[in-house]
Amino acid sequence: MGEFEPKIVGFFCNWCTSSAADLAGTSRLEYPANIRPIRVPCSGTVDPVYLLRALREGADGVMIGGCHPGDCHYITGNLKARRRVKIVKTILESLGLPHERVLLAWISGAEGAKFQRVVTEFTNKLKEMGPADLSKKWQ
Amino acid sequence: MAEKPRIGVFVCHCGLNIAGVIDVKKVAEEAKKIPGVVFSTTYVYMCSEPGQQLVIDSIKKYKLNGVVVANCSPTLHERTFRNAAARAGLNPYRVEIANIREQVAWPHEHEPEIATKKAIRIVKATVERVKNNMAYVPYEISVNKKALVIGGGIAGIQASLDIAEAGYEVYLVEKSPSIGGKMILLSETFPTLDCPQCIETPKMTDVSQNPRIHLMTYSEVESVSGYMGNFKVKVRRKARYVDVDNCLGCGACVEACPVKNIPSEVDRGLTNRRAIYISFDQAVPLVPVIDADHCIKLTYEKKVAEGKIKRRSKPGTVKICEKCQDACEPKVINFKDTDKIEEIEVGAIIVATGFDLMPMEKLPEYGGGKIPDVIDALAFERLLAPSGPTHGVPKRPSDGKIPKTVVFVSCAGSRDPAHGVAYCSRICCMYLAKQAMLYKHAVPDGMAYNFYIDIRSNGKGYEEFVQRVREQRDLIYLRGKVSKIFQRGDKVVVWGADTLTGQKIEIEADLVVLSNAMVPSEGAKELAQKLRIPQDEYGWFNGAHLKLRPLETVTAGIFIAGAAQFPKDITDTVSQASGAAAKVISMFAKPKLTKEPLIANVDTEICAGCGICKEQCAYGAITIDPKKKVSVVNEALCEGCGACAAVCPSGAMQLRNLNSKQVIRMVEVLTEDY
Ligand code: FES
Repeated sequence: MGEFEPKIVGFFCNWCTSSAADLAGTSRLEYPANIRPIRVPCSGTVDPVYLLRALREGADGVMIGGCHPGDCHYITGNLKARRRVKIVKTILESLGLPHERVLLAWISGAEGAKFQRVVTEFTNKLKEMGPADLSKKWQ
Repeated sequence: MAEKPRIGVFVCHCGLNIAGVIDVKKVAEEAKKIPGVVFSTTYVYMCSEPGQQLVIDSIKKYKLNGVVVANCSPTLHERTFRNAAARAGLNPYRVEIANIREQVAWPHEHEPEIATKKAIRIVKATVERVKNNMAYVPYEISVNKKALVIGGGIAGIQASLDIAEAGYEVYLVEKSPSIGGKMILLSETFPTLDCPQCIETPKMTDVSQNPRIHLMTYSEVESVSGYMGNFKVKVRRKARYVDVDNCLGCGACVEACPVKNIPSEVDRGLTNRRAIYISFDQAVPLVPVIDADHCIKLTYEKKVAEGKIKRRSKPGTVKICEKCQDACEPKVINFKDTDKIEEIEVGAIIVATGFDLMPMEKLPEYGGGKIPDVIDALAFERLLAPSGPTHGVPKRPSDGKIPKTVVFVSCAGSRDPAHGVAYCSRICCMYLAKQAMLYKHAVPDGMAYNFYIDIRSNGKGYEEFVQRVREQRDLIYLRGKVSKIFQRGDKVVVWGADTLTGQKIEIEADLVVLSNAMVPSEGAKELAQKLRIPQDEYGWFNGAHLKLRPLETVTAGIFIAGAAQFPKDITDTVSQASGAAAKVISMFAKPKLTKEPLIANVDTEICAGCGICKEQCAYGAITIDPKKKVSVVNEALCEGCGACAAVCPSGAMQLRNLNSKQVIRMVEVLTEDY
């Protein structure tokens, strides 16, 4: 078996981070293929349940990408996301699970390079952390 | 989808853009294995005419009720394929895009095998989503073809005139007693040296004479409800105590008023006004207003009403001042006037509330407003204005002497994060050059110093203007920041540095003029909340996109113009105002507006009316039905962000075509092994 390849589910807001991902592609910026994107209208669309569910289904990490604070297309969706992610992280911590498996990042539509960097770093970090195996633990 | 899914998957080669990396045939083959997929194929350019025709023919031939196109970013061709589906008789909202170009083929071009596997996952996830996509039709919204313009400065004036010119009615709301804004207070305008009295007053008159413009001065927006095309706005008409329609503007009342010591707002405290006053000679409307906080009669009546004092005699028998009323020939003064709330209905709103200068108190290193001969640039404009208190020959506030040495200080607060203003206020370099020039015209033997950090003169004719100013005798530009300003005897001492020569500089000045940073106008925050439009970290209103949608806010039907958005000069302000007006006009020119139907939706069977969703909605689109105790989504207000659905504890609130069932199915598929 080769190197451990983490599975990462990414929820990217339509207006910023998904555009950033498009821009990264257009600029031929390469990053690990571990990220599996879902385009959502806004980072505030993401129900905390989606994050936990992804981990339960076997994801080793989940990422939410949204517009920078103040730039959300829906005014304050990203601030709501920030609060919710904080709660999810607290829950994970209290279950004795590393909260680092959940990542929230502000990546604007202009930041293709940042998208590449954040995704690459997150993938490498999860590789280091090893498999989450939550799908088994939570059976 | 209630019926059995019959989904078609169309994989695009995009020439070699996709097919050069991803094994598109394999993707199509794998797609065909997904339950519910009845047809799949590939094509070299799916977005081309024959490609679209292939989709259309297949929808008809295989009776597809859902379509997944695996190609480029949905920002490019989602609409193309939704329209194609509609032409084939399939509801467009049953079409989804799987982005396998920008988000798979291109960033993974050196890992074709992995890229192919990833593409297959994404296509599968999209198929799962489409299985539960419902058919929707866009909403049609009728438009009330009247506009509200908030702010009666040059931006609001221009926007109102343009909209009225196109044949639509406009309500122009201005909080002060006259329209004209900051521009009318200026001496002359750079670089042409036109006087605002010559170029702005005709526009002000046009406003007052245009039958389609309803001018509401001394008024403020109280509340706003509704949505694009159908706003309901409450406007507070503040008590003016003078009947605007019948006043002749003769000013006899003002002459009669015995209260003479109130610092004039227009002259920035350089002169005093009375308790009843007309802001300035060219005011529109030319009607006085009584300042209830200083009027003898009104303060007396207020105290009586509050029980603080007892009335000295029977009401009506002894006059409490009332001199203005006595002097008024047409008898239009009414001490019993009260604030009134007027309700108007409009289809579009333009916010043109302009700017203020950073208050002197925020600049303690420059005297903090305690040194009388350190004034802000707008005050100096008044001293230079022929219509101002000194008739254009500046006299300093402390002793009325003509200043022989004047120091101009750029960037007083601007470009200075320590003062909370990291930005450049954009116009100060230009107006300080103009002020220095006008000062030299008025006081030819005077000496002017201009401290600057950089000269920013990027407008038509601007650099030439600055050069002309710099060539004047006894007008010295010093590159450096002023560190401290303080009083010494009757002089004002300015400490600075000339960074070009590396020397410390001390100047004993008679007068110092600061170009205080421009900041959003007072009340901008409250207005932003009423309108539900975002502001940036400083409080300037944000356009929907800084570059490509600078005039529209993210709230449909609300636009911005002028310095309310960010500091700008008159040229840019007027251009933007006309631009915002054009946006409104093009909106009014359509018989109906359409709106995306992909918004939040409540299952009233499940909803318990807890109201958590309501708290999350940034648009005020959710109400709780008091009888049925369930959430109700206002379709016109909802923008479809899904913040409500994300917190609904029962799952009653869902985003259309991206409900939790769909997302969880996608998550399940995406977490399968590659
Ligand atoms: S739209 Fe990007 S975070 Fe809300």
